[in-house]
Amino acid sequence: MKFDIKKLLSNQLVIPFAAIIILCLVNLGYDIVKDASFFSIEVVTNNSGNSVFSGPLITILDYGSELAILAIGMTLVTAASGGQDISVGATIAIAGSAMLRVLCGGNTRPEVLATPIIVGFLVACIVGMLCGAFNGMLVAIFRIQPMIATLILFTAGRSIAAWINNNELPIVPDPKFAYFGSFIPGVPIPTTVFIAAACIITAALLLKFTNLGLYTQAVGINESSSRLNGINPTAIKFISFIILGLCVAVAALIKVSRLSTINYSVIAKDIEMDAILAVALGGNALSGGKFNLWASILGAYIIQFLTTTLYRFKVDSAALPAYKAIVVILLVVFSSPVVRQKMQQFSSSRAAAKKEVA
Amino acid sequence: MEENRILEMRGIEKSFPGVRALRGVDFSLNKGEIHALMGENGAGKSTLIKVLTGVYSKDKGKISMPDKDDIQINSPQDAQNAGISTVYQEITLCPNLTVAENMYIGRGKGVITNWKKMNEDANKILRSLDIPATATQQLASCSIAVQQMVAIARAVDMDCKVLILDEPTSSLDEQEVEKLFGLMRDLKSRGVGIIFVTHFLDQVYEVCDRITVLRDGTLVGEYAIADLPRVELVAKMLGKEMDDLSDIKGEIAGYQGDIVDDVVFEAEGLQSDAGIKPFDFYIKKGEVNGFTGLLGSGRSECVRAIFGADRVLAGKVKMHGKEVKIAKPLDAMKCGIAYLPEDRKLDGIVGDLSVRDNIILALQVLTGFFKPFSKAKAQAFAEEYIKKLNIKTASADTPIKSLSGGNQQKVILARWLLMHPEYLILDEPTRGIDVGTKVDIQKLVLELAGEGMSVTFISSETDEMLRTCSRLVVMRDRKTVGELSGEDLSQNKIMETIAGGEG
Repeated sequence: MKFDIKKLLSNQLVIPFAAIIILCLVNLGYDIVKDASFFSIEVVTNNSGNSVFSGPLITILDYGSELAILAIGMTLVTAASGGQDISVGATIAIAGSAMLRVLCGGNTRPEVLATPIIVGFLVACIVGMLCGAFNGMLVAIFRIQPMIATLILFTAGRSIAAWINNNELPIVPDPKFAYFGSFIPGVPIPTTVFIAAACIITAALLLKFTNLGLYTQAVGINESSSRLNGINPTAIKFISFIILGLCVAVAALIKVSRLSTINYSVIAKDIEMDAILAVALGGNALSGGKFNLWASILGAYIIQFLTTTLYRFKVDSAALPAYKAIVVILLVVFSSPVVRQKMQQFSSSRAAAKKEVA
Repeated sequence: MEENRILEMRGIEKSFPGVRALRGVDFSLNKGEIHALMGENGAGKSTLIKVLTGVYSKDKGKISMPDKDDIQINSPQDAQNAGISTVYQEITLCPNLTVAENMYIGRGKGVITNWKKMNEDANKILRSLDIPATATQQLASCSIAVQQMVAIARAVDMDCKVLILDEPTSSLDEQEVEKLFGLMRDLKSRGVGIIFVTHFLDQVYEVCDRITVLRDGTLVGEYAIADLPRVELVAKMLGKEMDDLSDIKGEIAGYQGDIVDDVVFEAEGLQSDAGIKPFDFYIKKGEVNGFTGLLGSGRSECVRAIFGADRVLAGKVKMHGKEVKIAKPLDAMKCGIAYLPEDRKLDGIVGDLSVRDNIILALQVLTGFFKPFSKAKAQAFAEEYIKKLNIKTASADTPIKSLSGGNQQKVILARWLLMHPEYLILDEPTRGIDVGTKVDIQKLVLELAGEGMSVTFISSETDEMLRTCSRLVVMRDRKTVGELSGEDLSQNKIMETIAGGEG
């Protein structure tokens, strides 16, 4: 069978899959040298006395899931508006803080939950969507560049979050609340995986049973033409930010659940950069237009893969961003039109040379 | 160089990737004359002006002025130093500064500004040119016309010998235009050579001494105003010689279908924010009609108003005699109106999407957000029209941007035909596509009308319109100036109507 390398290289998924292979090889090498085992999964008993799976791969699935959820919304925002939302981390703090306030009823150390967990989550959803609506309004109606528009909540968000709970750190008393960020008793797989799966399935159904995908791409590619075909570009951009707001609320639930409380200045810090990176890693153009949701989700897990790998190499957590930056630089340079063109020229000239030899 | 010449351009060439914008254009300007530079959009006027002002550098050719043969103009600064100043259509001054500051900005040689002297100098110039503004007034508080004049005053004070006015009148009302013309005549008497670029024929005949006509990047000719009647000017701009035109009428097949007396669409006093005067319009079932006029005369704006593509300000719209409200494109689509826009790249194609998605887009939107077509159905639609319109594409999955212009246009046409509209508007459907496709599209229009569809057809090529339309609405300076049908449908008659005035 003939192997068409050119076609393969032009595929959007080539970068994420190459990244996975490289990361696997690196870890395999480390395993051989240090006699460790990256790919093994053990059954251990955790703090709550449940038997659960444990191992680097489980960690990747667990923490990659919250990023994958955000990547869904970020992909849509990127595609429709041609820009990114950088307020994701701050709005997670706001939504999480609102949820804590409702769950604890304004007490710092309540004995019992003030409201059922579902009510707290719904409040977080509403707050997340409101933040999304605010960003969406600035972008879609006032036509402010997405990064500039979302800079407002990026800057103010964490203060707003602290203000919601009078800068106190309420602790949720119900151990059930911790399930969302860890394990449900009797289930050895992290709950986040199920939550992410639910979100991904919802998104897939949304794309299958509505025209959201077609409209979003059309608006991102050619707004003027979309309008002349009866699409309302303002509404589509607005909706994309609302959807991201929902994703933020789900991520907030996981984040707050992991601690059963909140730390306003640290919670979900810099997560927007990882979410944007996930979209880019998936080979989606950050300038908007065509998108592949699956590639973004894959990108999210790859980023967690990278983070886990770096931790394994005993990289200090403070130095982590610097390493990620190197990956970003490589990624951006390799996917830039200049390099792509050069690579194509190179491969075609090699092909020509081969022919001559033959 | 002749005496009295102030500027001479010889054999100017300028190419952009894929286009030869100027091919050996000559142009000359005398001292104390107002010289009109005429041509349709894309004829090369702007490129010539930009070469002269140093925005573009020319590929070939020579520019000479009295004191220097073959001057090199490689930047706007070079042009200014040579005494060539430009006033653009949009005011390029700073509205938040004073009139005097605007006149002297960027011209100080030292670090220190003598404000008093600057204001006095500015006032002197304003007075001498009879411009109703004072030096210390904020520019934004002046009317657009006065701002335009301040821009001219700035140019004049920079000791300019050549003044270029690029569409200076398009945002002015009649009185303001008169004031501007007064200023232009004044400058002319002082020996300044003025190049005047405009779309308005009336204005050309009011102030200009000579006319240079460009078409498709080539020089058509240079004429004294008295030697070139309006009709001939229009003919020259369109590229039709008067003598050749008289016998074309006989070859026209004309529209042969029956026109049922059923008015499909009717508009009364329709007006949009795109700057057209209110107009009335109607079309009957099975009729093919068109808007004609020079580019920029407002014909596209009219159909955009019908489709709701621009913001509709006023007017009544009826479909089959029943009043409807068309505020946005979707409203028009729901009424069964389809619109193929003039600018295929900007308004038509969705470049990165596949041919299939581009074809189904309009019908899909009309069907509804929650009712996406199945993949098989979309594919069937796409294949049907790829075959029907003979679209040359590798597959329905190919991104539309990799198709040739003619095939892209067919895809957009397919998009609207798939909607099975009652009333189809085609704005320049044949621009920039090969002859074969052009004929295909013309034939298709007549076929569709035969099946009872109403079609409005706009084209820059008059003979194309004569071949397809049974009635033409003629536009000039953004308003309708006539309607031609039957015997009157001839090149000559159209040109006469476009030219208007004494003809």
